[in-house]
Amino acid sequence: MLKMHSIKKVFRTDLVETHALNDFNLEVKEGEFVAVTGPSGSGKTTFLNIAGLLETFNQGQYILDNTDVSNLNDNQRSRIRNEKIGFIFQSFNLIPDLNLFDNVDVPLRYRGFNAADRKQRIEQSLERVGLQNRMQHLPSQLSGGQQQRVAIARALAGEPRFLLADEPTGNLDTKMAQSVLELLQEINQQGTTIVMVTHDGSLAAQAKRNVYVRDGKVSELHDVSDNISNVANVVNA
Amino acid sequence: MFSYYLRLALLSIKRNPILSGLMITAIALGIGASMTTITINYLMSANPIPEKSQQLFYVQVDSWNPYEAFDEPNEPPNQITWTESQNFMRDATAFRQTAIASSNAVIEPQDQDSKPFMSSIRLAYSDFFSMFNVPFLYGNGWQAAEDNDRALVVVLSRKTNDTLFGGENSVGRTVRIAAKDFKVIGVLDNWEPIPKFYDLTTDEFGSPEDIFMPFTLKEALELNNGGNTNCWKSPEGEGFKSFLLSECVNYQMWVELRSEQEKQDYLNYLHNYVAEQKTMGRFAREQNNRLSDVMQWLKINEVVADDAQIMLWLSLMFLLVCLLNTIGLLLAKFSGKTAEISLRRAVGASKSDLFYQHLVETACIGIAGGIAGLGLALIGLQGIKALYGEFADKVTSLDMNLVIIAIILALVSSIGAGLYPTWRICKIEPASQLKDQ
Repeated sequence: MLKMHSIKKVFRTDLVETHALNDFNLEVKEGEFVAVTGPSGSGKTTFLNIAGLLETFNQGQYILDNTDVSNLNDNQRSRIRNEKIGFIFQSFNLIPDLNLFDNVDVPLRYRGFNAADRKQRIEQSLERVGLQNRMQHLPSQLSGGQQQRVAIARALAGEPRFLLADEPTGNLDTKMAQSVLELLQEINQQGTTIVMVTHDGSLAAQAKRNVYVRDGKVSELHDVSDNISNVANVVNA
Repeated sequence: MFSYYLRLALLSIKRNPILSGLMITAIALGIGASMTTITINYLMSANPIPEKSQQLFYVQVDSWNPYEAFDEPNEPPNQITWTESQNFMRDATAFRQTAIASSNAVIEPQDQDSKPFMSSIRLAYSDFFSMFNVPFLYGNGWQAAEDNDRALVVVLSRKTNDTLFGGENSVGRTVRIAAKDFKVIGVLDNWEPIPKFYDLTTDEFGSPEDIFMPFTLKEALELNNGGNTNCWKSPEGEGFKSFLLSECVNYQMWVELRSEQEKQDYLNYLHNYVAEQKTMGRFAREQNNRLSDVMQWLKINEVVADDAQIMLWLSLMFLLVCLLNTIGLLLAKFSGKTAEISLRRAVGASKSDLFYQHLVETACIGIAGGIAGLGLALIGLQGIKALYGEFADKVTSLDMNLVIIAIILALVSSIGAGLYPTWRICKIEPASQLKDQ
């Protein structure tokens, strides 16, 4: 599903050169739910941005769904983002003056679906996250947990094969965070591959597999389901 | 997607009413000022007879002072003498031709309760009406025979007919002008050529005359000279006849020529005519004969005043300043949308999608600014009308063409102003703003 090989990402300014990812290797198989953890500045978000084609990288190879996306142009990357990837962000990133229906509609508009198809997908997505009765509400009229559910509905509406979540529970209290995580698990059980970046060890532990990133490299992997004792497997790319 | 972008544009405008309002106001001020001056220039320089302006030619020959040009550097007089008017009409070598002149006389209404009033007269030959496509409400113009017979016939303007006959069909009725009874043979429909191209010597934006009568009556009735009379030497002798035969210029000559060949033939005729006159001791200056079509004649006479053109350029500069302000405001407005742009990019919008979306938004602002600008232009034109009075009446009204020009100008201006901010916002990397929200 996702295969990164020797990815290198360097941020340059006039004075400073920051190696965000260096010899980064990771493979995520279809249907997996992978939690990516690591200290601040370790490169988790950079990895997620590259995985979601939001950023380019300097070296290496990235295969997404059997397509080498290393050298795609901007339009091709946009199309893949739209068709294959769903995003969930810590701060929800809903458009404040669009109601829930229109927020979920955003990615579908760029997909070229007709109005009836879009309506059906939006209603199904909002129903899936339990907000079918609030389609005309504005984001500001919802709680944080509900807003994140809208973001999840938006990510799911286009039926992506791959869901990327960057600290999806970072702005939520424990109860709401657990509820969102359960929703993600349910989505994963229905076949969607999920990669979630999180600081929260207890949430990460509920994913099928954990990836630990340090200094821009994958340093450890835990397969939670197969290895209850959390024995680390060092990856040698 | 256009309707979607339109909805987003309206939402965005609503979201930032103050910024949006400022942009609309800036564009409206620029468009208002520009359209005020464009309107004046447009109407001043409009082709008053587009269907045949290239076939109608104003005739000039240089009968002026041998030692001094009529106008520097070597311009022939802008009118002709009585002698030329008679000779040109006698020779009648063009397809159609008319000498014309303005005069005035007192009309005595038949109604005893109405007072006599002074009316303006256009003296013309019978071809005048067909040459200038003059519309008739009742009757027709006179024929060449009536020119020759110096018939006391008259064509009334619609306004004069309204005054004298309450708007009824007055053909066949009698009007007393300059103490003579004239038979009405025609009444004009509304006819307001802008500018009044057939006589630019005075009041080029004035209305056509109250009454039209055969040119040949000038001599018979000793009608006085209207408009400008210019002389380079005094008449030889006393009296009306001597004045007519003097070298004073007070008459205009128009010919209708249907082809380049006819034009060349007429120029040859003028050349031969002047050569013949030289043998009789007239036309001491070099041959300097001119045929100017309608638009050339308007240009030669600088119908569009210099200060109107200067005002036009100044107003366009003002529009530019307003657009520069709009660019700044758009940059400020769009900088508040970076999170939304990043989100849209993340979920699959291409740069061109966002470019199109934001151009629609700037176009909406432009149209709103254009409509408001039209309102300001109307106010500006009313102001000019109030300032200049009747003179400006005809050049201070917006027609459909000008409304379309205003909207197009506003659209082009706003889209032009929006290009840079839109291009800049489309360069936002999708990842840059998503984490910080």
